[in-house]
Amino acid sequence: MSALLEVDRLEVNFGGRVSAVRGASVTVERGETHCLVGESGCGKSVTALAVMNLLARGARRSAKRLAFEGQDLTGLSDAGMAQLRGNAMAMIFQEPMTSLNPAYTVGSQMTEVLRRHKKTSQRAATDRAADLLARVGITAPGLRLGQFPHQLSGGLRQRVMIAMALMCDPKLLIADEPTTALDVTVQAQILRLLAGLQRDLGLGMLLITHDLGIVARVAHRVSVMYAGEVVESAPTAELFANPKHPYTQGLLRCVPVPGKIKRDEPLGSIPGTVPRIGPGFEGCAFRERCDFADATCIHTIPRHAASAAHDFLCRLPA
Amino acid sequence: MLQFLVRRLIVAILVAATVMTLAFILTRLSGDLAISIAGPNATQADVEAVRKAYGLDRPLTVQFFDWVGRAATGDLGESYFFKTKVSKLIGERMPITITLGLTGLVIALVVSLPLGILAAVRENTVLDRVVQMVALLGQAMPSFWLGLILMITLGLQLGWLPISGTGSWQHYVMPGIVLAFSAIPAITRLTRAGMIQAMGSDYIRTARAKGLSRASILLKHALRNAAIPVVAIAAVQLGFMLGGSIVIEQVFALHGVGFLAWESIGKNDFPVVQAVVLVLAVIYVALTMLADLMNAVLDPRLRGP
Repeated sequence: MSALLEVDRLEVNFGGRVSAVRGASVTVERGETHCLVGESGCGKSVTALAVMNLLARGARRSAKRLAFEGQDLTGLSDAGMAQLRGNAMAMIFQEPMTSLNPAYTVGSQMTEVLRRHKKTSQRAATDRAADLLARVGITAPGLRLGQFPHQLSGGLRQRVMIAMALMCDPKLLIADEPTTALDVTVQAQILRLLAGLQRDLGLGMLLITHDLGIVARVAHRVSVMYAGEVVESAPTAELFANPKHPYTQGLLRCVPVPGKIKRDEPLGSIPGTVPRIGPGFEGCAFRERCDFADATCIHTIPRHAASAAHDFLCRLPA
Repeated sequence: MLQFLVRRLIVAILVAATVMTLAFILTRLSGDLAISIAGPNATQADVEAVRKAYGLDRPLTVQFFDWVGRAATGDLGESYFFKTKVSKLIGERMPITITLGLTGLVIALVVSLPLGILAAVRENTVLDRVVQMVALLGQAMPSFWLGLILMITLGLQLGWLPISGTGSWQHYVMPGIVLAFSAIPAITRLTRAGMIQAMGSDYIRTARAKGLSRASILLKHALRNAAIPVVAIAAVQLGFMLGGSIVIEQVFALHGVGFLAWESIGKNDFPVVQAVVLVLAVIYVALTMLADLMNAVLDPRLRGP
């Protein structure tokens, strides 16, 4: 059986000048949480939007293979893609405050997605919406259904977004930094909720984050993105225990681990920022910031396998 | 909501009071009324008799408060020229002006909403530029000129529409088009801007992520939010059309309120002029209130917590 989501050598560029994603490959298996991590601007959100075909106008997407449950998405018409979106594949976003339409009630926005994709009565759709609101930990769901987004807090709105994404029983949930805009305490609640739902409903989840703490807690597999490429991909435990790519190693040094790090020892950092890369760039995009870079890093870098499930993009040997 | 209504009502009363004062002062500044009513061949005694008969010999403040007091009870006085109640005169003429204004507004909305949406969806394409050019052209065209051009082409050369009078609904088409032209640029531009803003918003991305149809995304989710400034401008434009149709009513010989005002100014028929100004001001304020109410329906955030 094919994987739930296969993304092979995805390329996205804006107006032919900026290459936001350069040959990124990600595979999400059924019932697996796959985390995509990286700094701001590394192309992780663009990758998610490209999968959903939600890129802004002017963005061009191509891939060697982009398939959902074995079905090719690149050749799919807009209407065909719209049938999958919100249905078998759903997405939630980083901005809970602005992602719901201010003019419609929670209930109307939740039921419309179900009625768009499945034949149900308004009554049944409302019941399901209430059930799901309760499922995502919202009290008094009947009351909430009649409320407008501006009457809810950010945390509640993100719960509504999650419940709305689940209306049609999706197989894949793409969550683009779903906790970034929330208070720290609410972040933990939402994360626990997502992890619980993923496990209970057997969702395949592509979780995009820059927070390695989140990765450690919920991910089965991690792909590290840098400048539009996946530079390392491995099962979570293996990646934390045995990072191969200098960028992954650098990222892990930036995270304080109780017990491992000594008091007053400075936390690691990676100097510089992600470069903006145009078409025709060759070699390792990290070489300007890498401690191990040498003259050979300007050439095309082969993908190494550290183990059957662990590969990375660096000239350094495994 | 109630507090909001009360506040708007107070504003409306203040506007009416201001307009009444200004209308009164401006009409008095235009010359001695008694002389013009008495006519060119009148003697001094005739003029004095007229002055007394119309109460123009009283101090201005007395005349003013007398008028305001009566107006507050709905009595707008009697026309010097037509010798009938002003309220009756306006009541007879108002349907024509309102029909004309609503015709203009409907034509304007029917043209500019689709144009604005189209321009927004095709932002920065040739189509978008053409729409904006047309809107600009509409703004630059004087309405009397456009009216005459339409009369010559549609009326005289093609014979499709009658060129003057108010006999049938066809009589309102041409003046309606001309009035609409003055409102189309503003409504088109606001619709376009509102739709572009809405289409770039996060909730439209959510709507797309839900796999909704293009029609639902555009018309249900985007237009509802884009419509809020459009409703406000449409109300203002309707106010302009009702009050500013003087030129159009002249060109097309429609005997509406604008025509009445023009006639009355020429004849120094002060009670009529004052009353027309007051009625139009009240309608204007009522329209903006209506727009606020409609926006509260469209956007729940305006209804308060």
